[in-house]
Amino acid sequence: MSIDSQSILDSAVAEITDATSAEQVAEISRSYLGKKSELVEARKGLGALDPQERAEAGKQLNEVKTQIEAAVASRTAELKDSEFALQLESERMDLTEVIDRPIVGSAHIVTQAWQELEDTFIGMGFTVAEGPEVETDWHNFDALNIPPSHPARDGFDTIYVDHGGDESTTLLRTHTSPVQIRSMLTSEPPIYIVAPGRVFRRDTADATHMPVFHQIEGLVIDKGISMADLAGTIEAFTTSYFGEGFSSRLRPNHFPFTEPSAEFDIQMPDGKWLELGGCGMVHPNVLRAGGIDPEEWSGFAFGFGIDRLALMKFGITDLRELFTNDVRFLKQF
Amino acid sequence: MKVSLAWLKEFFEEGALDSYEPNRIADTLTSLGLVCEDIIDSGYTTRGVVVAEIVNVRAHPSADKIRIADVNAGPEVNGGQETIQICCGAPNLSIGDKVPLATVGTVLPDGLEIQPRKMRGEDSSGMLCAAAEIGLADDGVDGLAVLDSSLTVGTPLEEALQLQSDTVFDLDIEGNRPDALCVLGVARDLAAKLELKLIEPEYKTTGAETNPIVTKLDVPDLCSRFGVRVITNLGAGESPSWMKQRLIAAGMRPISAIVDISNYVMLELGQPNHTYDLDKLDGEGFHVRLAVGGEQLVTLDGAERELTEADLVVCDATSNPVGLAGVMGGASTEISDTTSRIVVEAAVWDRMTVAKTVRRLNLRSEASTRFERGVDPAGVERALNRFCQLAAEICGAELSFAAHVTEGSAVEKTAVKVRTSRVNSFLNASLSAQKIKDYLDPIGFSTAIVSDENLVVDIPSWRPDSSIEEDVIEEVGRHYGYENIGKRVPRSPKSGYLTQSQLARRQLMLSARALGHSEAMPMPFLDPSDVELVTPSVKPIALRNPLVSAESVLRTTLLPGLLKAAAYNQSHRQPAVKLFEAGRVFLPAQDELPDEFERIAFIATGFSADGSAARYAAQVLASVFDANKLGDFQIVNDPQAALHPTRSAQVKYRGKAIGEVGEVSPKVLEAFGVSDRVAWLSLDTAPLYAAMAKPAKLKAVSRFPSTDIDLAFSVPKDVASQKVAAAITSAAGKLLAELDLFDAFYGKEDDSARSLAYRLRLQSDSGTLTEEEIARVRQDCIENVNKLTGSTLRS
Repeated sequence: MSIDSQSILDSAVAEITDATSAEQVAEISRSYLGKKSELVEARKGLGALDPQERAEAGKQLNEVKTQIEAAVASRTAELKDSEFALQLESERMDLTEVIDRPIVGSAHIVTQAWQELEDTFIGMGFTVAEGPEVETDWHNFDALNIPPSHPARDGFDTIYVDHGGDESTTLLRTHTSPVQIRSMLTSEPPIYIVAPGRVFRRDTADATHMPVFHQIEGLVIDKGISMADLAGTIEAFTTSYFGEGFSSRLRPNHFPFTEPSAEFDIQMPDGKWLELGGCGMVHPNVLRAGGIDPEEWSGFAFGFGIDRLALMKFGITDLRELFTNDVRFLKQF
Repeated sequence: MKVSLAWLKEFFEEGALDSYEPNRIADTLTSLGLVCEDIIDSGYTTRGVVVAEIVNVRAHPSADKIRIADVNAGPEVNGGQETIQICCGAPNLSIGDKVPLATVGTVLPDGLEIQPRKMRGEDSSGMLCAAAEIGLADDGVDGLAVLDSSLTVGTPLEEALQLQSDTVFDLDIEGNRPDALCVLGVARDLAAKLELKLIEPEYKTTGAETNPIVTKLDVPDLCSRFGVRVITNLGAGESPSWMKQRLIAAGMRPISAIVDISNYVMLELGQPNHTYDLDKLDGEGFHVRLAVGGEQLVTLDGAERELTEADLVVCDATSNPVGLAGVMGGASTEISDTTSRIVVEAAVWDRMTVAKTVRRLNLRSEASTRFERGVDPAGVERALNRFCQLAAEICGAELSFAAHVTEGSAVEKTAVKVRTSRVNSFLNASLSAQKIKDYLDPIGFSTAIVSDENLVVDIPSWRPDSSIEEDVIEEVGRHYGYENIGKRVPRSPKSGYLTQSQLARRQLMLSARALGHSEAMPMPFLDPSDVELVTPSVKPIALRNPLVSAESVLRTTLLPGLLKAAAYNQSHRQPAVKLFEAGRVFLPAQDELPDEFERIAFIATGFSADGSAARYAAQVLASVFDANKLGDFQIVNDPQAALHPTRSAQVKYRGKAIGEVGEVSPKVLEAFGVSDRVAWLSLDTAPLYAAMAKPAKLKAVSRFPSTDIDLAFSVPKDVASQKVAAAITSAAGKLLAELDLFDAFYGKEDDSARSLAYRLRLQSDSGTLTEEEIARVRQDCIENVNKLTGSTLRS
């Protein structure tokens, strides 16, 4: 063996280790492994050896070649890594520095509560009904068992609109209940609907009143519906909308459009009761006004304010805040 | 309605309510629908105050406003001395008067504990008290309460004045329960629920002589009962302490024995009543009629009232009005200290008539409230007799004459057929006919069992609201207990869902938020002048009874509401806001109801005058259509009401006008106090929802390479870009995959044209486009644009 493969290996490894760039490593690699390198030359001389020596020397040369290649690959990777690291370091940024942030708008909290309520009742098998905000007094009152002479009619503080003629028969609906009548008149029972909507009263705005506010109404008409179905629906809604630890109760009350009537209260986890809305069995006069035979079908209805739920949820104490349209308010929710 | 527990107890057997805590009674009343909103400790609760006599009054050596009183408070308090020394600032210290002394250790209602102290160097071992300081009714005296001189010094005040502590339930009585606007009615419900016996008060019915008062009733329909009873030899004076305390607990002020008795009877039995000085009543008779328009009456409050034909009046025998029926008595027959003969009157007036008079004169009272809700026509005579019972006990009155009730109309007896099965079906119960009867009889719904299934229930005269089977079911339910009804969830045969339109609305609002706009909720009421300004061609729908004239018409467009919101934000240092609203506008129509259209409108503020506002609005329009996959819309440059005349356009979709886009007119902005320029987009939602309901069908994406070519045209300023785009689209035909206006360049102001640059992406479904094909499309486009718009290709 005329060449010292070990010293070639040692000097190659030393040069590779000292190299400071990938290009330099490539250069060294060429000089040790290229066509004119000592190793290639040595390989050419192998043919002159006898078979046993040839095999031994060939093996040695291959080993040296493999080790040099490995050193090249490893040093190249090392150098590339550090170059990459340098580049990345030079690209360092301050991500806390945000300019021109794309803004996403907020849904009004009344809309949020409205849609949550819709979703809750949809989950219970209800569909969502709608009706006009300007109503006839028949749909808003008479059909709901509140005839013109009924004292309750004063209590609604109705806003009437001029729709021609002298008579005040066209009004801004005082509750979402006329949607009950419209639903009964346009569909056949069984009926399972909720009707969220905007309603109007002749109230001066204060912390708890607005002339324009929002309610949701529920109506179920089916065979054999009882007050237990009403209580159960209210309870299911309560636990689903408010969450664990909330429960509900009914207590006697009075509304012209339901008989028997009830108020429903929600018990909060701290044990306090909160009056939420009115409900009851649909009055037979109301069923008849809706074209439904009270002997064949029975039903219940309930209703409550949406705005108040929104207030409660976000800890707002003044109803007027909801309608200032101040972006500093709107953006928070 | 405030009900005192002590009063309530009078309707029960001795001690029957003693085992019930006030909380339990309150809960029971609430469960009956007589909602207890508050439990108030009432009456006299102070301990340690005694009767003391002022023996001597001296000046304080070093204070002007304080004097020194030597008082005798009895041996126990005096502690071996003749008197004790109290420093006192009251102006009415008078030797010989008996006054309340709060002894050392007394805690006054305001929390003050009396301690022995020195006042400017002088000892003071207690405090002499004014009425209010110890929780007594205001006696109108400036200074110490002066007690009856016959009281014994040293006696605890509660003993001396027979003062009691009490609990008051503040009940919210619903409109259908006029019967519960009195202690009797509350007691009746409570006794039934607790299964206790109801004891009615004593009514003095004796009176041998025939009633001398003649009543002429012109309006039997409006006055179903008019009862009178004459009382003579009346002594003047105050009502007893227990009566005063109950009236105070109920929220009324004690006045004189007769007035107090009158109020007491109303609160106890629910029957308002009125007393007339018989010696001042011309002709010693009554005439009940409707007033003559313009007729005058001076009422008890001293006000002169002008009456109308809609008011009911009680007149004397000469037909001069002496009272406004059910509302307020007249001044001319008011009783006084010297009155010795009175006639007490109790009547039942038409509810609506009283309500109208009350509303017109804005004169609501405890009496009118009860008449408006409905009083028990069968209770008139009982109330007169109860009045007389009390007048005899308290004033020593003579009751020679019997009560007399004139009937205007008969009390209709209502009998209701009630089915056991229906009761049980409504209440989810299994009550027997007997059990139902057991619930109803004690509250006066006297029930006859016809069979296991059928009952006949007589509605009591004090429940005018009750007339059908369901009403009776409610009564059974109240006493069975709503809490016993159980809970079950009915199953709808269908699953719940939102309609396509409702889903589309949510999606549209979501895309509005994604574009950076927050949802606002302006009020839909507007000032007519604002509507005139923004939609001069539309006559808005007016409110007949607006609260204020600035909110007296319904909106015809969402613009004013959002402009007001913008102005509000600008005045609160938010100059650039992006808002949207989805809401209804109202327009006159020939139908049964006005037209209501739902619209979605976008507003953005804080733009300069360079056209960026209008450009932004058009971008929002394009993004809304893109986000909701609505396809193509058309913009027709055309001045829109309230918008900038040369920077506004109509939006058309599928051939129909659906909205407007552009910049708000600076003139309108000025009127609403909004600065800078404002972007505006308003769209009818119905056509959008209809289109969103139909999903787009997949158009296969071509597998072949595409080529982009750019064409810049010199386009006359009066030619819309949309028209150029249309010419390109029709010329390129099916090979046009995308078209994008990527630059608009305006040269000098007086140039007749501007440069518009379009990028066309060409692509075929069937193969790679050749150079020749591309060149041909390019040429076709250039020629077509030139032919249709007069625009030329820029080199």
